[in-house]
Amino acid sequence: MANTYVLISSNTLGSAASSVTFSSIPSTYTDLCLKISARTTEANNDSSFNVTFNGVTTTTYSRTRLRGTGSVASSSRLSNATSIDTGDNATGSTATSNTFSNVEIYIPSYTANQNKPVSLFNVLENNSTAANMNTAAGLWTNTSVITSITLDGIPASGQFASGSSFFLYGIKNS
Amino acid sequence: MPATYEPIATTTLSSAASSITFSSIPGTYTDLKLVLVVKMTANTGVYLRYNNNTASTYSQTEIWGDGATAISQRASDTAGFSLGNVAFQNTQWGMANVDIFSYSSTSVNKTALVERADDKNGSGNVMRVVSLWPNTSAITRIDLINQAATTFTAGTTATIYGIKAA
Repeated sequence: MANTYVLISSNTLGSAASSVTFSSIPSTYTDLCLKISARTTEANNDSSFNVTFNGVTTTTYSRTRLRGTGSVASSSRLSNATSIDTGDNATGSTATSNTFSNVEIYIPSYTANQNKPVSLFNVLENNSTAANMNTAAGLWTNTSVITSITLDGIPASGQFASGSSFFLYGIKNS
Repeated sequence: MPATYEPIATTTLSSAASSITFSSIPGTYTDLKLVLVVKMTANTGVYLRYNNNTASTYSQTEIWGDGATAISQRASDTAGFSLGNVAFQNTQWGMANVDIFSYSSTSVNKTALVERADDKNGSGNVMRVVSLWPNTSAITRIDLINQAATTFTAGTTATIYGIKAA
């Protein structure tokens, strides 16, 4: 059986960028997995970015989140949103230098004619009081095949910092 | 380079079914990954059982966010471990990834990690589960079973991948 978990596209930033988009995603896989190491220029210890599909920014996204800060565990929900926003998924510019977050976004059955469940897991640990861990269930209420993924929406007009890396993998079940 | 992360078997239900079974799992990999995209015909939990072993020896610890509260809970001496001890629903598709480590080993008990995500735009859950099957047998069969007399809906998809260490 053929090896799967194939790298579709990668992007390691040589300079700051306000957004990263994976477009023309082939429909030949079963699932997608996006692995990210992110730092932003937002003047904060913890920063964030949003996830949207196919350039759609209508209120068709939602998520349920579980969050740990090192002292408190909490859960929250976002409904009828214009993106999937998990928060705390990128290290900000005032965090420990040379330190990036880790994010995994798993999108199963991205070509299926059904709404799209998404699993997100992100951690940022910088040996400070602002380190956080989030796991979230996301949903895109849209039956379209996913052909692009956009990461943007960093607060305070921030950008992804140089050195942030993004890897999109395709996983095929046969 | 040796092949790794190989699809072993996949099932997409063409009609509702009460369970999904993967049998004759080859022992040639190191770990397994099961990916499930699921909707039930009625709200119910899903649990997983190895080798058709129904002895009440499974256990699990889980952390759970329901959109309002962060919860941790535990279950012991059960006849299978649940993919999160809360129902999957009949109104929206949910997902679970299950990583089963050293499944073919005959010298270790079997642990698994579950990543579960089923947001329903106004309801839903996110969960992480760790489970233990205190049995050193190699896993050759996996059953996905619903916790009540209901069924997995048509379109539910389950795939097992083999991951080889070398």
